[in-house]
Amino acid sequence: MKYETQRVALPFFAVAMALFALQVIFGILAATVYVLPEFMVEMVPFHIMRMSHTNLLIVWLLIGFMGCTYFLMPEEAETEIHSPLIAYIQLAIFAVAGAGALVSYQFGIHEGREFLEQPLWSKILITISFLLFLYNTSMTLLRGRRTAINSILMLGLWLAAIFWFFAFYNPSNLALDKLYWWWIVHVWVEGVWELIMASLLAYLLIKLTGVDREIIEKWLYVIIGLALFSGLLGTGHHYYWIGAPGYWQPIGSFFSTLEVAPFFAMVMFAFYMFWKGRRNHPNKAAMLWTLGSATVAFFGAGVWGFMHTLHWVNYYTHGTQVTAAHGHLAFYGAYVMMVLAVVTYAMPQLRRIQPFNQIINMWSFWLMTASMCFMTFTLTFAGVVQTHLQRVMGINYMEVQEQLSLFYMMRLGAGCVVAVAAVVFLWAVFGPAREELPAGETGVANA
Amino acid sequence: MMESLSRSAARNIFFGGSLFFFLAFAGLTAHSHWYMVNVSTDKEGLTESVAAGKHVWEKHSCINCHSLIGEGAYFAPELGNVWTRYGGRENPDAARAGIKGWIKAQPLNVPGRRQMPKFDLSEEELDNLVDFFRWADSINTQGWPPHPVG
Ligand code: HEM
Ligand SMILES: [Fe+2]
Repeated sequence: MKYETQRVALPFFAVAMALFALQVIFGILAATVYVLPEFMVEMVPFHIMRMSHTNLLIVWLLIGFMGCTYFLMPEEAETEIHSPLIAYIQLAIFAVAGAGALVSYQFGIHEGREFLEQPLWSKILITISFLLFLYNTSMTLLRGRRTAINSILMLGLWLAAIFWFFAFYNPSNLALDKLYWWWIVHVWVEGVWELIMASLLAYLLIKLTGVDREIIEKWLYVIIGLALFSGLLGTGHHYYWIGAPGYWQPIGSFFSTLEVAPFFAMVMFAFYMFWKGRRNHPNKAAMLWTLGSATVAFFGAGVWGFMHTLHWVNYYTHGTQVTAAHGHLAFYGAYVMMVLAVVTYAMPQLRRIQPFNQIINMWSFWLMTASMCFMTFTLTFAGVVQTHLQRVMGINYMEVQEQLSLFYMMRLGAGCVVAVAAVVFLWAVFGPAREELPAGETGVANA
Repeated sequence: MMESLSRSAARNIFFGGSLFFFLAFAGLTAHSHWYMVNVSTDKEGLTESVAAGKHVWEKHSCINCHSLIGEGAYFAPELGNVWTRYGGRENPDAARAGIKGWIKAQPLNVPGRRQMPKFDLSEEELDNLVDFFRWADSINTQGWPPHPVG
């Protein structure tokens, strides 16, 4: 840690990880209801569990992105954070908004559009916090060195904030509502968040492999170019059936197929730099999460996304467990793993010790990744069976669901392993530091 | 390919291309907006009751169990075409009574079956909701879903 104010990242990571743990708990509760339908039915009905699960994911990822930004910005900009105080205040506001929404859900207080359930006051607090965050980090950037990495990161964050404003627009025409709802949901995960992911990836690769900045930054522009050229019109893959004109079928199919390209480029990029790199960074666990994130994002977003994106396939699979399978692995690979990679990279520096607990950290990597993959497979099989029975044969929804119970049991099992892996991860990064690296190997640990 | 491309060229291609594709996307969205208001949905039929029904739908977050035109939680049946499924296109009164009756009968308490919670909806709210379903059912969805079961 070269800059004192990088420590601002630590509370962000702590809050993000706490909410991550809660997200997994709500996920397991909801998965249990799939297996035992009467489970907690009076206390917390399914829809409350599900909105808690998805909202926690989004909130902790955003807090995680903020922490990542505060950590890398001083190094990239070569100057201290504009105001650590603003950082702590905006974290507090965000945490209150997120936790407040979560608590209010348990009392049935929420809005009603998927992922945008936060009550209005919570949405407003989230906006205020995010703007404070953008102000604070942009001021830092303006004062310091501008690199491709910190500029693209900030561009992604600003655009995420701008598209967020569609959350306040809710027309009573359902078709219009959906049209603009996707301007947040799709444009975030398949557009501007990819800018965030790619710049975090580039940052980690520079640090971990020591490859020239010039080369890495050129790749970075190519990747985000591929992301936005394909991802904006790729939104069309959500406009097939919601009352939009028919031209979205060819346009959406074509451009969303191209959305695989940036994810493919990111895996290539990560492994190419890994082999090319001269630096033998002691934080092996961070390298593992970095490569893992690029890889799993390619499969979850790229392969599993492509699987149902062509309009003549989507006609049958739209809104089945196939969608659920894809959503899980895509979010996990692209965003969850990327934040965990930065956390793994940053924690030794934030705690001012050498890379530590790497073996258990890598255990959590394999446990979590393997079980997320397994969960995705079970949901994919469930989705394929569902598609056939319901969409091809025309069997009634509830009857079809009964045929899927075995898959749902296995999904619950996979979820429980994810929970174990999450605990192992938290223990690895926040728990007592055991096996630190021997001093001789530490030359570049703080680079 | 990567060797011959300079960093600043890559940056300029990114900004120029993104602007182009954003404008294309925004333009097509504007056209789709017009199309949805005037062509694919029932403009006159979008009454206050339909809007109120959408609000009831949101207030109880039905979307976090059901799906509506394929988006939502996939835990409970698709409702974008529930009006058709209840025979509303042939016999609107029976469909209205049927859908309202179903909602009021919850929870069914059939052992081992997923449960829909009991929502305390007034008669008016129930009618709004049904009007909303009926309106949603009339959206031109390019032939989706493939089968009335949703
Ligand atoms: C990291 C990137 C991505 C994430 C996090 C992500 C996540 C999701 C989620 C959560 C949904 C469900 C939305 C809902 O509630 O209805 C979804 C739907 C969808 N995604 Fe992605 N996705 C990503 C990338 C992609 C890519 C690259 C493609 C195509 C190549 C794709 C294709 C689709 C399609 C076609 C649907 C609609 C499924 C349906 O019709 O039900 N996704 N995605
Ligand atoms: Fe999408």
